[in-house]
Amino acid sequence: MSAFLTVHNLSAVLHGFDQRVLRSVSFSIDTGEVLGLVGESGAGKSMIGKAILGILPSAISIIEGEILLDGQDLQKMKPADRRRLIGATAALIPQDPLTALNPSRRIEPQITNRLVDILGWIKSDARVRAMELLNEVHIDNPERVMASYPHELSGGMRQRVLIASAFAANPKLVIADEPTTALDVTVQKQILRLIRELQARHSTAMVFVTHDLGVVSKVCQRLSVLYGGKIIENSSVPDFFQGPKHAYSRALLAATPKYTDPDASLLPVDEAVIEAVAAEVLAADKEWRHGA
Amino acid sequence: MAHETVAEEMSTERDVLFSAKGLEVAFPDMAAKPVFGRAPMVRILNGIDLEITRGSVLGIVGGSGSGKSTLGRALLRLVEPTAGTILFDGQDITHLNEDALRPIRRQMQMIFQDPMSSLNPRRRVGAIIADPMQMHGFDSISMRVDEALDHVGLPRSFRSRYPHELSGGQRQRVGIARAIALKPEFILADEIVSGLDVSSQAQVLNVLANLVKDLGLTLAFISHDLSVIRRLCDRVMVLQRGDIVEYGEANAVFAAPQAAYTRELLDAIPLPDPQQAGW
Ligand SMILES: Nc1ncnc2c1ncn2[C@@H]1O[C@H](COP(=O)(O)OP(=O)(O)OP(=O)(O)O)[C@@H](O)[C@H]1O
Ligand SMILES: Nc1ncnc2c1ncn2[C@@H]1O[C@H](COP(=O)(O)OP(=O)(O)OP(=O)(O)O)[C@@H](O)[C@H]1O
Ligand SMILES: [Mg+2]
Ligand SMILES: [Mg+2]
Repeated sequence: MSAFLTVHNLSAVLHGFDQRVLRSVSFSIDTGEVLGLVGESGAGKSMIGKAILGILPSAISIIEGEILLDGQDLQKMKPADRRRLIGATAALIPQDPLTALNPSRRIEPQITNRLVDILGWIKSDARVRAMELLNEVHIDNPERVMASYPHELSGGMRQRVLIASAFAANPKLVIADEPTTALDVTVQKQILRLIRELQARHSTAMVFVTHDLGVVSKVCQRLSVLYGGKIIENSSVPDFFQGPKHAYSRALLAATPKYTDPDASLLPVDEAVIEAVAAEVLAADKEWRHGA
Repeated sequence: MAHETVAEEMSTERDVLFSAKGLEVAFPDMAAKPVFGRAPMVRILNGIDLEITRGSVLGIVGGSGSGKSTLGRALLRLVEPTAGTILFDGQDITHLNEDALRPIRRQMQMIFQDPMSSLNPRRRVGAIIADPMQMHGFDSISMRVDEALDHVGLPRSFRSRYPHELSGGQRQRVGIARAIALKPEFILADEIVSGLDVSSQAQVLNVLANLVKDLGLTLAFISHDLSVIRRLCDRVMVLQRGDIVEYGEANAVFAAPQAAYTRELLDAIPLPDPQQAGW
């Protein structure tokens, strides 16, 4: 099997600082495969997604490494060609649904525009497709939702609108950034099943950013654990849940809340383990500087 | 003796910080609006009765779109109820106008579900936390900003950052810092930890639990995460399509859920196990 997306040795820095926010990140995803990306708040999960899609904030730039999408080296492409390739093959389910939606426009055009502009669909077909998708994400009243403004929808409805519009054009790569955080567990279960189904039907490659290892165990085949912008463990899902290799991953798994055992829930990750992994990241930095 | 009984009665009366009776909220349904004339109203909350005791933590759970955020916004009078009454600290606030609400606004804070939309993109983090304190006439504001950042586990250097320069979880914590800095009587937290990793969750929840314990903060906590609810809440309310389907002591509800919907929720929790039955 050939990798649909390969990220090789990717490093990025914040302007004015010499510390890297992404530290020699490498992973690859085959067509039809889902990679989970986990790690604490601020670890750089969203940054990796933005780097792939070419939408990094202007204060952050890539200083080394390659991103190969469908065999093409994105860094080497002309910006216009790159945008066209990404627009036609990849879609993002963004982390903050409310800001991702235009507050002053109704939902309908926000879903159908992609189909009309990028894929050249006629409006009425796009509308039918949008209704179908809203049905699939278990929106009870698609008519009302299409006619609503974003602030008239609940948090979970907004998130499902974005999931629907990401899958609208059958993308080959989906970057899903915490796509189910606003959903209750019953809807989450339905949506995770739907994502698995859509993704299997169209052989979509997927990056699935989440902090919930329970969710990872349901949708991902492999996962990468990130700390301080560095991948500290790559593992297959079965292996990981049998017993992670890295002490930090083990601590993360141990800290996963269990409603059946409230007293063992929500204990912070062990300080000593965090210090050790932070030291490991700094040591790797030294080596990297030497190499450079 | 008689004196004591009166005092006791008063104290039990004072015990209830928030109460709502027959609370209804409806919004116009724009999809069904005729070309001329008014849109018909859709009812979102169908007569909610609740009491929140001072110093307690109420968990609110329920399906997406069931009305949790709307209930929160109605309690804090960010929307006006279409029927029913709301008492805050004994005062009827159901239809107070914004001028009359102003003095009690500081006492009731809401931490919103979408962090970015509640943070002014043109203000730095330090100012975002300081502004409401300024408005309410606090002293030693700079020190309080640092303290609030410490509480939520953000470096003090983040004072000079803009919201767009933060990760999702960091933004969420700025919203939490801003609310707790005001030392309100009541906080309504709407889905504030669902985007946070376990360490940050534990940190934020411990801060809230300590405020409840040490300062007598009263908390209503909307969450999809039943482990969090079980850990933090005294009582729990389950909403389904604008109705309360279950309301009781958290331990009792978790040990023996009465409503079919509550059982469905518990069964749908994804455990960290690829082999979990039912998936
Ligand atoms: N525009 C920016 N300028 C400066 N720093 C930034 C900017 N955007 C993000 N950062 C920083 O880069 C780091 C990585 O951010 P990123 O958004 O990738 O985190 P994350 O892993 O997605 O976290 P979360 O789970 O909280 O969303 C964070 O420490 C964040 O503060
Ligand atoms: N301003 C508004 N105008 C019209 N309808 C609204 C408005 N605000 C909320 N609604 C509707 O009220 C219903 C309940 O929304 P609410 O945000 O309270 O749900 P929720 O329980 O918080 O859901 P979630 O878990 O998805 O955030 C939804 O159907 C929503 O579309
Ligand atoms: Mg993020
Ligand atoms: Mg809500």
